[in-house]
Amino acid sequence: MAMTKQALFTRTLLRGLVSIAVFLILWELGARSKQWLMLDAFEWLRSVLAAVGWDKKYLPWIGAVPAPTEVLKAWVAVLGEQGYWHSWYMSFFRVMGGFIAAMIIGIPFGLLLAVSRTAYGIGFPVFEVLRPIPPLAWVPASIIFWPTQELSITFVTFLGAFYTIVINVVGGAKSIDVRYFQAARSMGSSQWDIFRRIILPGTLPSIVVGSAVGMGITWEVVVAAEMISGGGSQIGGTSGGGLGFFIWNSYVGGSYEQIVVGMISIGIAGFLSSELLRALGKYVTPWLRLR
Amino acid sequence: MAAVMQQAAAGGRVATRGAIKIEDVVKIYDPEGAAVMAVDHCSLDIAAGEICMVVGPSGCGKTTLLNAIAGFHEITSGRITLDEEVLCSAEQPKAEPGSDRIVVFQNGALFPWKTNLENVAFGPIMQGKLTRLEATEKALSMMADAGLSGVEHNYPGEVSSGVRRRVEIVRALMNEPRVLLLDEPYRALDSLTKSVMHEALLEIYYKNKVTIFFITHDLEEAIFLGHKVAIMTTRPCRPKKVLEVDIPHPRDYSVLTSKRFRELIDETNEAVHEEALKAFAAGEKEG
Repeated sequence: MAMTKQALFTRTLLRGLVSIAVFLILWELGARSKQWLMLDAFEWLRSVLAAVGWDKKYLPWIGAVPAPTEVLKAWVAVLGEQGYWHSWYMSFFRVMGGFIAAMIIGIPFGLLLAVSRTAYGIGFPVFEVLRPIPPLAWVPASIIFWPTQELSITFVTFLGAFYTIVINVVGGAKSIDVRYFQAARSMGSSQWDIFRRIILPGTLPSIVVGSAVGMGITWEVVVAAEMISGGGSQIGGTSGGGLGFFIWNSYVGGSYEQIVVGMISIGIAGFLSSELLRALGKYVTPWLRLR
Repeated sequence: MAAVMQQAAAGGRVATRGAIKIEDVVKIYDPEGAAVMAVDHCSLDIAAGEICMVVGPSGCGKTTLLNAIAGFHEITSGRITLDEEVLCSAEQPKAEPGSDRIVVFQNGALFPWKTNLENVAFGPIMQGKLTRLEATEKALSMMADAGLSGVEHNYPGEVSSGVRRRVEIVRALMNEPRVLLLDEPYRALDSLTKSVMHEALLEIYYKNKVTIFFITHDLEEAIFLGHKVAIMTTRPCRPKKVLEVDIPHPRDYSVLTSKRFRELIDETNEAVHEEALKAFAAGEKEG
């Protein structure tokens, strides 16, 4: 039994490694050749596009993207720089700040909407009007409203996670099976007991899901907010603006390898945050672990 | 085990509490609008410590009756009493849910986020009857009695549905209820598991002697378990025929092949089938 599990695991791992390797090789080849779609094999595609009136110059040309080896070289170079790590720190700081604020405000707010019909009647319409506004549309207003750049970026990050968390909490709490309430009431639970022992644990799985999704949105938002706001201008320079600003700055400075370094760094940062949340989620919902 | 069986056989119904009287109960859903009559002037007497099986086609209104006793739903008129105390009536249409009437639900309602042991210990702690420690000790011994040693620290999601149902019955009994309300608890189980569950339920019953109000649409199950079998008409729900099962308790699976059992089935089968046909013609949904 254990043997089978082990074998399955390695096979999955192997597939993953092969898939990444193939991707990297294709990328390397494409970037190196500077040819990619200029190969004769794609003659037909070019003629098709020419027939529609497209200049063959506009064909996507992967040769314009730096090769993975060059990216790696640029990465190694940047690893020793304090500015690069400071970008990590700034983005993480903002993501965590916004995300934790979204949890602290969003979970009680969602629970309140779920348990009180009055609160739902008053709070939900406003929430539903504000929810479709993309967090990035808040950037200018947020810069005007908040006293510091830092706060305005964190606020926009907060919004990214807040809506998702609230929606999940409300949905999760409302979908708790009515029989759990009936059983708890029959067995003499007070309102407070029902809240603490039924609603709270019953909503936990949705809170975990909402947090995971919210965390993903938070990373999307923080990067864009950093780009738009210039990375928090009073920090200044190239070093303190977070990973989003790191990418933007590399673009402006013409260091294309660094753009990719920044992109992959965000990928890794997002992955680490999600893994952390997943581990926490498993820890707080042990009854879902052994399914 | 044998001693318990003898004691039960000698005494028959030893419980002194838990007599339910359903008097002329009417339940109309949405009286202002569609006015669907679910229960129509239904009267039924259940003696203390009796197993009363309520048989009827799906959606006939049996569960409405159970919900009225448990205090989950209102009645429109009539009266339900438990040991002469009024639970609900026209004046007070909804009974207060209480630990003297515990429901075991159709698909089970063990809290998935609590271990089986925590589930079983839940009631007395909530009611403040026992401390957490005392309740846990009692729960452990009751689970051991019911043959549930070994699953105490598992979550309900980790054990089979048969075990879950037994845990839920033990959780109900921890509250020392006067009445157990079972809403087709074995419906989702396969027939082999079901037969094990029937004997397990009887065994638990012989030890604990509570009144059991058991909803089912399985006639064999009803006659095998019940002192009394009430065959209900399809919507609106009313007893069509009340059968006193004269097969002595304690029973075991040999009863199923006895002549008297077959006779009783024959006697009632037609009535049940008639109602099932009516329900089918009316196109009633499950539930």
